[in-house]
This record gives sequence, C-alpha cells and structure tokens, in this order.
Amino acid sequence: MADGAAPVLDVRGLKTVFRTRGGEVHAVNSVSFHLNPGELLGVVGESGSGKSVTMMSLIGLLPSPPAEVREGEVLLSGRDILKISADELRDLRGAKVGFVFQDPMTSLNPVFTVGNQIMEPLIRHMGMSKSQAERRAAELLALVGIPDAAKRLKAYPHQFSGGMRQRVMIAIALACDPDVLIADEPTTALDVTIQAQIIELVKELRRKLGMAIVWITHDLGVIAGIADRVMVMYAGQVVEQAPVAELFANPRHPYTRALLKTIPSLTGERESRLQVIEGQPPIMSGAPTACPFRARCAHAFDRCGTENPQRRALDRRPVGYGHDVACHWDAPAMVGGAHA
Amino acid sequence: MLTFTLRRLLVAIPTLLFISLVIFLLVDLAPGSPLSDIPLTVPPDVRQRMIEALGADQPVFVRYVLWLRQFFWVEPAYLLDGWFGTNLANGEQRILSWQARSPVFTIIGERIPQTLIVIGTAYLVGVLIALPIGIYSAYRQYSAFDQFGTLFAMIGFSVPTFFSGTLFIIIFAVWLGWFPTKYDTQLEVTDWASFVEQLRQMALPVMTLGLANAAVISRYMRSSMLDNMTQDYVRTARAKGMTERTVVLKHVLRNSMIPVVTVIALGIPSIFGGAIITENLFGVNGIGAALIGAIHASDLPMVQTLAFIFAVLIVTFNLIADILYGLLDPRIRYD
Repeated sequence: MADGAAPVLDVRGLKTVFRTRGGEVHAVNSVSFHLNPGELLGVVGESGSGKSVTMMSLIGLLPSPPAEVREGEVLLSGRDILKISADELRDLRGAKVGFVFQDPMTSLNPVFTVGNQIMEPLIRHMGMSKSQAERRAAELLALVGIPDAAKRLKAYPHQFSGGMRQRVMIAIALACDPDVLIADEPTTALDVTIQAQIIELVKELRRKLGMAIVWITHDLGVIAGIADRVMVMYAGQVVEQAPVAELFANPRHPYTRALLKTIPSLTGERESRLQVIEGQPPIMSGAPTACPFRARCAHAFDRCGTENPQRRALDRRPVGYGHDVACHWDAPAMVGGAHA
Repeated sequence: MLTFTLRRLLVAIPTLLFISLVIFLLVDLAPGSPLSDIPLTVPPDVRQRMIEALGADQPVFVRYVLWLRQFFWVEPAYLLDGWFGTNLANGEQRILSWQARSPVFTIIGERIPQTLIVIGTAYLVGVLIALPIGIYSAYRQYSAFDQFGTLFAMIGFSVPTFFSGTLFIIIFAVWLGWFPTKYDTQLEVTDWASFVEQLRQMALPVMTLGLANAAVISRYMRSSMLDNMTQDYVRTARAKGMTERTVVLKHVLRNSMIPVVTVIALGIPSIFGGAIITENLFGVNGIGAALIGAIHASDLPMVQTLAFIFAVLIVTFNLIADILYGLLDPRIRYD
C-alpha cells in the first residue's frame, strides 16, 4: 500500500460513449484514478453512475458497437492498454487483470464442470498441461475456502450455492495470479452473512497474494469494512476521492454527504422516514457542460449550472492522491463526522 | 437416468397399445368389414386363412388381440427365423400386402434401404449445412450473411417440396442436364462408376429435401445461439481472455446445441416417413412411396402396418430425444 511505488493501474481522462439509435450516451466522462500495488480502491455510486462501464472499458469488455472508448490512457504497469491490439488485450485479460462479476448464479457456464472453467485460463495463459492445471485448480478452490476441493472440481455450477459459486468466480479471477482484481459488486446478489464471508475471504487473499483490488459497490457499509481509498462516482464522473477514514469523517461533496445520510442508523433515534436523495441520476446525452448533480443538490448555485466542476485537492497532495472533490461549493468541515 | 429410461419405456408400452387400438378401430369400425374388401386377386384359400387369422367372425376385442398377435408375435417370429434360421413362426399366416401378395414386412424390408440412403443423406446434408449457417448468422447478427441466411431459410420452409423439387428437376436435369431425371431403382453400386452414378441420381432429391431441412434447423440453431450469446457466462469467458473462437464455439455452442440436438432427434422419424412427396416426385422407391401406393390401392394391411411403424418410431425417437437432453445438460437429472 505504499504510495511511493508506481501505481499498478493508472487511468487518465477515460471517456466512454455509447452510440445508440436515440443519440449518444456519455457513460464515462473523463475519469482518472490510480491503483497502487496491494491497495483496495472502493468505487461507490448509484446504479447508472458509470462504475461498471468504467471498469469494463479498461480491458475492452464492452461490446464494441455501440460502446466506444473515445479518450484516455489506461496504464497497466506502465503500458497503455488502450493502444494495444485486441489479441494482446485478450492475453492480458484473465492473466494480468482478473474480473469478478456481480451475479454468481449466471456467471458460470452451466454445462462445464467448475474444474474445467478454472483450468481454462490456466491452460491458455500459463501454458500448463491438463494435469498441472488440475492440480492448480484444486489449490485455488482450497484457497477460496471450498472444502473437498479435488472432488469438487468435477462438480457443475448448479451443484453449488450462490456464495460458493462466487468463491469459484474469485478462484477463476485469481487463477493466473493477476496484478489487479476488479470486483464488480461481487456481493450484491448474496445475502448478508455470505457477503461477510466473501469480504473476509478477499481480505485474506489480499494479505496472502498481495494483488491490488478495485471493489465496486453501492453499499457504503462494505466500503467501510474493506477499502483503503474510496472513489465516489456520479453520472460518469469522479465527484470525490479520499482515503476511507477521511471520506467517512469528512465528506465534502453534497452527494457523498447525502449518501452517508441515507444509511439508516442502528443507534440513535428511530426516524419516521428514511432519508433519500430525491430525483434520478441523469443520462448524459453529451459531455457535461454543467454539474450533473445540481438538480438534486441542496447547495447548488449559479456557477453549478454553467460550469462542470473539476476535481480540486483539499489537502496538499495532488488530485487522486489525497482528498479531492469536484464541487464548486466550499463545504464547511462537518462537526463530529458525517455519521452522528 | 436409468430409472428415468425404464420408466419412460414402461410408459411407452401403453402409449403404443393405445395407438395400435386407434389404428385398428379406425379400420375395423368403418362400414363393411375390412376383410370384405380383400381384392379378388387373392386366392380363396389364402383369403380363408386370412379371415381365420384375423378372426373376422369374432367379437371386436378378439379381433384386436388377434391383430396384435399378428403384429407382435407372428411377424417378429418370422424376422427371427430369417436371422437365426429357427422355426418359431411355424408357417403361421403372415400379414400380406393385398397389392403385392407378399408379406408386408418383406416389402418394407426391401424399401427401407432406399429411404435411408436418399432421405437419410438429405437429412444429414441438411443438418451439416444448417449448423454452421445458424452459428455464423447468430454471431454476426443482422450482417449481410445473416440477412441472406434468413432469406434462404424463409424460402426453404415456405416453398413446398413438390414445387422446389420440380423446379430443380427442370433446371438441373432438363435444362442443364447435370443430373438424371429419373431415379433408377435397379442401380446397384458395385464399382466407382456406379457409385458416382448413384450420387448423381441422389443429388436432386437430396438438394430438395436438404434445403427444406436446413432451413428449419438453421433457424433453430441461430435462435438458440442468440439466446446464449447474451448470457453472463459469455462475459465471464471473455473476461478470462479466451479467444472469440473459444467463446463462441466452445462456451456458447455447447449450450446452444442442447435444444437443437433434441429437434434433430425428433425430426428423424420423418426420414422414415420417407418424405412422401419427395420420393414420389423423384421416383425413389422408398417407404414413403410405398405408403402412397398402398393408400391409392386401398391396401389396408400395408397402410396399417406402416402407420403403426411410424408411430413406434416417433415414440422411440421422442424417448431418445429426452434421454439425449438429459445426457447433454448436466442440470437435468430426471431421477
């Protein structure tokens, strides 16, 4: 987690657009972030904020019509992977970057055994023989906490529960020892106790294997439990970014503050109504010319309607390395933290 | 799986019995006794034996049982005699075709190879063409290839075989002279030259029927592939860095083949149905032509036997299709 080391993933000014019959949808608007080795970056946002699209754009997982990565650089260990050929990119996927998807019930191929599916990337990327791959697959299953691993290799996905399937997905993502693991809402479809188990598993794996992780979620509780740094996204932009403790203690963006307020409190007074953020996130049909949050913002003023705020550092570190926020409003520090 | 198969086989028996009852009753309950329609060409002593064997003067139930006996005991006995040289049948009266005056099963035995060769090949060719077309059309949905494939399929299953067959005869046999106009039923394949000749005379019926089959199966394949291309596990396969070829031809295809194999298995009885029109049109002396001939000549034993054989085949292949589905899809375990 040293900030001095070169980031394993460095995204600069990423812009992804969907060309549809009804016009263009600007899903990702100039997103920049970096990921240090061994670090866990949490990405938070509502549905439609562009979190998943950002991550899938990095490794070319979006269907190419209609998606188009228009601008930006994505440096994986220093190499711009937006500029390499599709074949080279395919060699990186699964090998250097592992992906875990949201719905474990449908993410595994139902007609192949679990062992077969884990062995696939091992044989393709690591050039292993079938028996070597089988041994490694059994190791991986044991690593993710599936009992009786060698026998379970021959089982089919439908013979596993949701939590076990997600563990298998993690095993597949980690098979070739990637530098980066991107987890797109991996526990959203699981119940809370299983969610806790998977989180503990990932934490332990990070300790053991040391890979960097991007964890996308809309659950701030999960972020609090697992992330080193957090990036809050809205309408395809990063609106705030900070180390996790700082974000919860001292949120500056109205959206972040509103999000934190929506978490029902277990202590304190029982409220008659849940806190919500009124309105819906916008669908960006063009590059943003104004702040996309202004319609739902309690603190919006004139400048918000004419100029899309750029990220500005709140401490002496550069944007992306400390605490920065994309907002025109100069938020006063919160007394006693965001969560009373 | 085994218990499932056994259970289905057991259920098949009453099904077939019921079908046989319907076939029997349809004929039996028609006005006039079937045996009164025996053509005069049948010699009187044979006629008498037939009447006795089928119990013309007995109540309907007895007649039915005697008919079943004829079908399930006497004929198989003759078949076993033929294979093993035994004498199980002991000279019992066989089901005789009224047209040919030889046993129905003998005639069927002669005709089946023709049907299997010509119509069977047509089915195989149809399947072999349809699968790649369906796969590629789904992969490149809405491309020029897909549009052409759709057009081809539309033509294939809209145009009746008697029309397309006739058209092919006119174009390829009459105008271009590439293929013979008539199917030579006497042709025996003994050397390369006669083999080529057999292929040449098979070409047009195979093309006609193959087109119709390919049209239907390619649509099934395409639709099944399209269903599976958008599934989450395809995204996972891509995220693992597998090549497009592996993603489509291993991950998607294996899932898509399951319903398509079922459809293909269910279509196999139609081979035996002999593609009645095609056989008639091209003069292939297979089972389909036999059935039409028998209907025209009011050859009841032949018609009844063929109808029952088709029923048995359909029930059998239904069972095979179900078993195949269970074998191919690990999620389905019937036990």
